[in-house]
Amino acid sequence: MTCEEAEVLLHALIDGELDAGHAREVEAHIESCAHCAALISEYREIRQAMAETDLQYKAPSALRRRIEEALPQPRPLPQAVPSRRAVLRGFAMGSAVSALAATGLVAIVLRNDDEQRIESEVVSAHLRSLQAGHLTDVISTDQHTVKPWFNGKLDVSPPVIDLTAQGFTLIGGRLDYVDARAIGAVVYKRRQHVINLFVAQTAGTERRAARTNTLQGFNIRRWSDRGLNYWAVSDLGADELAEFGETFETAMRANKEG
Amino acid sequence: MAVKASDDDPEKARRFREAALPYLDEAYTLARYLLRDAADAEDAVQECYLRAYKHFDSYRGPAMKPWLFAILRNVCHAEFARRKSAPAPVEDVAETAEQAPMWNEPPETPERQLLRRFDGDTVRKLIAALAEPFRETFVLREIQHLSYREIADVAAVPVGTVMSRLARARAMLRSAWLAEQERTK
Repeated sequence: MTCEEAEVLLHALIDGELDAGHAREVEAHIESCAHCAALISEYREIRQAMAETDLQYKAPSALRRRIEEALPQPRPLPQAVPSRRAVLRGFAMGSAVSALAATGLVAIVLRNDDEQRIESEVVSAHLRSLQAGHLTDVISTDQHTVKPWFNGKLDVSPPVIDLTAQGFTLIGGRLDYVDARAIGAVVYKRRQHVINLFVAQTAGTERRAARTNTLQGFNIRRWSDRGLNYWAVSDLGADELAEFGETFETAMRANKEG
Repeated sequence: MAVKASDDDPEKARRFREAALPYLDEAYTLARYLLRDAADAEDAVQECYLRAYKHFDSYRGPAMKPWLFAILRNVCHAEFARRKSAPAPVEDVAETAEQAPMWNEPPETPERQLLRRFDGDTVRKLIAALAEPFRETFVLREIQHLSYREIADVAAVPVGTVMSRLARARAMLRSAWLAEQERTK
């Protein structure tokens, strides 16, 4: 590889945008070229200096007001009032009424179309979490700090797994409200992308395979396992969110078996 | 299938506010760097949100932020066009600047220089001095943290162009950074 090529590609290396093959080539060039090695370390240093500086602007409140006034007025969030034709359903679609009765769990009363409504609430909760200061109630990259924090706050303690080694950094946990009840949210990050993993108890204990939906530009990956419903929400691409879900489920299985 | 919502549908308004308003600071930041003028940036962001609301029915993703940015960028470029038609001279970079090979400005390493830290205002000024389209690419990457693919979509160029613009933008910023260091020594 020539220096001219490396001087372009080293940026993609800094940004983590190179595939493994090209990354190796650029790294090999840098090892053998003092000029390019000095350049990349200097670019990294500039980048570090910028990361330590606040380069964002804050939108003036007058602008926010102007935009809010110019937009049509919103309707308040729909209340979760069951209709007369409501049927008993766990979060997991198709969990039988008899199973509910047998477990004696207080099931959440949902309308038929409520799975979609819940997804939309989950996305709303994700969006609220992105506003300044709302992301985490407990900030920690240590699963042994985050997990006990949930104790006593919820009727079920959500599993908290550190996936840092797999490229998903645990950054904390939060109590949130979905479907008018408290729900646990475990917060992960990949690069600058936040992943909220919402966990709620369900009446059904069977495993339900993951399925991905897109709502308002966010990907939602939803699955059920061992009496828990999961929704992972992020602006990550569907493939990376699938990777997150699979990594999480694999780690869960390893935890249970190991 | 859902009925196509009309523009004054309160449910659509609620969804749009929830989806788009959290990115107001980011949108304003991008507009400030692109237009380099606070009042123009405010106007552009407002126009962007109204346009985005109008097109929200057809929004299917991908992520909200790049979608908003693509609209905002178009609004800002319309403003550039308006400025160009105005009599005041406008700084612009020649088309050839982008094609110019990297080695036209050989970075004078490996004479390792210690990088100084500058305050936010100074760094903002250095970024604002970058020529377009390098400034746009640079801000989308370094301040808005978009991926190359997302930047390519926002700027409507191939990913390879994003890569070469970013390389050039960083080289320009590096020179400006070192020059500022020299100047304020």
